[in-house]
Amino acid sequence: MHSSPSLNQSQNTALRRLHDDIIPRARKLLRLLVLYATLIALCGFVLLPVSWMLTAALKPDSVPFFTIPPQWFPSEHFEWRNFETALLDPVRPFLRFTLNTLIIFGGNVVGTIFSCTLVAYAFARLRFRGSGFLFNVLIVTMLIPWQSQMIPQFLLFLELGWYGTYLPLIVPSFAGNAFFIFLIRQYMRTFPRDLDEAAKIDGCSYFGIFRFIILPLCRPVLAVVVVFMFLSSWGDLLGPLIYLNNTDQFTIAIGLANFATRYSPNTNLLMAANLVMMIPPILVFFFAQEQLIGGIASVGLKG
Amino acid sequence: MERREERVAYLFLLPWLIGLVVFIIGPVIASLLISLTDWNLLTPPNWVGLKNYEKMFSDRDFYNSLRVTFRFVIMSLPVYTVVSLSLALLLNQRIRGMYFFRTVLFMPSVIAGTAVAVLWSILLNPDVGVVNQVLGSIGIAHPPRWLASRDWAIPAVILMGLWGVGGGVIIYLAGLQNIPPHLYEAATIDGANSSQKLRFVTLPMLTPSIFFQLITGLVGAFQVFDVAYVLAGRGGTRASALQFYLLNVYEEGFQNGRFGYASALSWVLVVIATVVILITFRTSERWVYYESEEDKA
Repeated sequence: MHSSPSLNQSQNTALRRLHDDIIPRARKLLRLLVLYATLIALCGFVLLPVSWMLTAALKPDSVPFFTIPPQWFPSEHFEWRNFETALLDPVRPFLRFTLNTLIIFGGNVVGTIFSCTLVAYAFARLRFRGSGFLFNVLIVTMLIPWQSQMIPQFLLFLELGWYGTYLPLIVPSFAGNAFFIFLIRQYMRTFPRDLDEAAKIDGCSYFGIFRFIILPLCRPVLAVVVVFMFLSSWGDLLGPLIYLNNTDQFTIAIGLANFATRYSPNTNLLMAANLVMMIPPILVFFFAQEQLIGGIASVGLKG
Repeated sequence: MERREERVAYLFLLPWLIGLVVFIIGPVIASLLISLTDWNLLTPPNWVGLKNYEKMFSDRDFYNSLRVTFRFVIMSLPVYTVVSLSLALLLNQRIRGMYFFRTVLFMPSVIAGTAVAVLWSILLNPDVGVVNQVLGSIGIAHPPRWLASRDWAIPAVILMGLWGVGGGVIIYLAGLQNIPPHLYEAATIDGANSSQKLRFVTLPMLTPSIFFQLITGLVGAFQVFDVAYVLAGRGGTRASALQFYLLNVYEEGFQNGRFGYASALSWVLVVIATVVILITFRTSERWVYYESEEDKA
C-alpha cells in the first residue's frame, strides 16, 4: 500500500504537462503580449502626433495652444472655422493652392502617361540596334542627381519666358521620366510575345498593337505610376519654389512652407493648413494601398 | 521588315530622346560651363575659369553645409537601416490584426516632407512641445532642446524621418517574403535557433535589399531640401545647424542670384555623391549576397 509510485506518477505527468504544454504556451502568450505591446506603442508614435495636431487645429485663437499636460484628443474645442479660414484666407488661400497643385499634377499625368508608355513599349517589345546601350543610358539618368541640371534648366525656361508659369513644372513630363519608363517596361515585358505576333499577322501596325493591345493591359502598372506621381507632385517644394513667383499660382507645399517660415503664424491655423496638406495623400494611401505597396516592393526586388 | 521595326522603335523613343538631350545632357554640359562664369542674370556673364571652385575653399557656408550633410548621412543611414529592418521583421510576424498595424505604420511615409517638418517643428518645441513633455513625464529632467540646439538639430531631423520610415520597411518586407522557406527548414534540421536563423539565413538573404536601400538612402541624403527649407528658413541657430548642401545651393543661386557659383557648388556635390556611391558599390561585392551568383560559381 505504498502511494508513492502513483504520486510519483502524477507528479511526473504534472511536470511533463508543465514542460510540454504550459511553459511553451506561457512563452507563446508572453511573446504575443510583447509583440502587441510593441506594435501598439509604435501606432501611438504614428497616430498621437496626428490627433494632437487635429486637437490643436480645432482650438480657437483665445485659448493657449500649448497645454501642460498635452491634449491628445479633441474634446473641448471644435473650432471648425479654422479650416475654413485656412482654406479661404485671402493672404494664403489653401483651397487655391490645392487646386493649383492638382492642375500641375494633372498636366504631369497626361505628359507622363503619354511619353513613358511609348518609350517603355519600344524598350519592352521592339527589337532595334542600340536598345541595350540606350537602356543603360536610361538607368544611368536615374542616378544623376537633379541638382546638376537644375540651374541650366532654370535658365533655359527663363529664356523661353516660362518663368512664373506652370510650363516648367509640366512640360518636362512629356519627355518621360526614367523611373516610370523603367517600371512600365518591366511590366510590359511580362506579356507573352505571341500577343504582338498574332496582331501583326492580322495586319495591326506597331502603333495599333501598342494602343489597342499592350496599353489596355498596362492599367495596373499605370495606376501605380499615377499614385507615385500624385505623391511627388503634391509634395514637391523645390520645383514650384524656383519657378513660381505669384501667390495666386503657389502650390500647397510653398503655401505651407511660407506660412511656417515667413509670418509669425497663428499656430492653430498652421496646424489646420498642415492637415489640409496631409489628408489627401493619406486618403490616396488608404484607397491605393495595394498599388503603392506592390509598386514599392517590386522596385526594391528588381533594384 | 526588321528595318521598319527599328524605325518605328526610334519613333516611339523620340519623346525620351528629345528630353535626354534638352533636359539632361544639354543642362549637364551647360552647368559645367556656367560654373566657369560669374552668371548672375543682371550683367552679361564673364568667363572666370576655376575661380568659383577656388572660392569654395574660403567659403564658410560651403564648409558648413558640407559638414551638416555629412553628419546627416553618417548618423541617419545606420539608424534608418536598423530601425526599418527591425520593423520589417516585426511586421512580418503572422499574428491577428497585422494588416491594421502595417497600414498605420506605413501611413506617414506618404506625407510630404514639408508637412512632416511643420508638424514636428511644433511637436519638438523645447519648452512646451509634446515630445519634451512626454520625455519629462518619464523622468528625463533635461530633455534635448532639439531644433534649438546645434547638436540636437540633426537628430531631430532623423527623428522626423523615422516617422516616415515605412517606405523602406515595405522593401524589406518584400525581401523577407522572397526568402525561400526551405532555407529555414534546412536550418531547423541543422538545429539552428531563431537568432542563428536571423544571423545566417535572414540577414544574408536580405543584403540585396539592404544594399538597394543604402544606395537610395545615400542619393536621398545628399538631396535633403524640403525639411531644411522649412526648418532653417527662419534663421538663427537652426539656419546654420540645418544648412543642408542643397539649401545652400538654392540660396546662392536663386536668392543671391549667383548662378555661376551655385553651378560650381552643384558640381562638387554631384562629384562627392558619385564617389561615395561608387565606393558603396565597390564594397557591395564583399557583403551583398546574390543567389544567382552561387549558381555561376
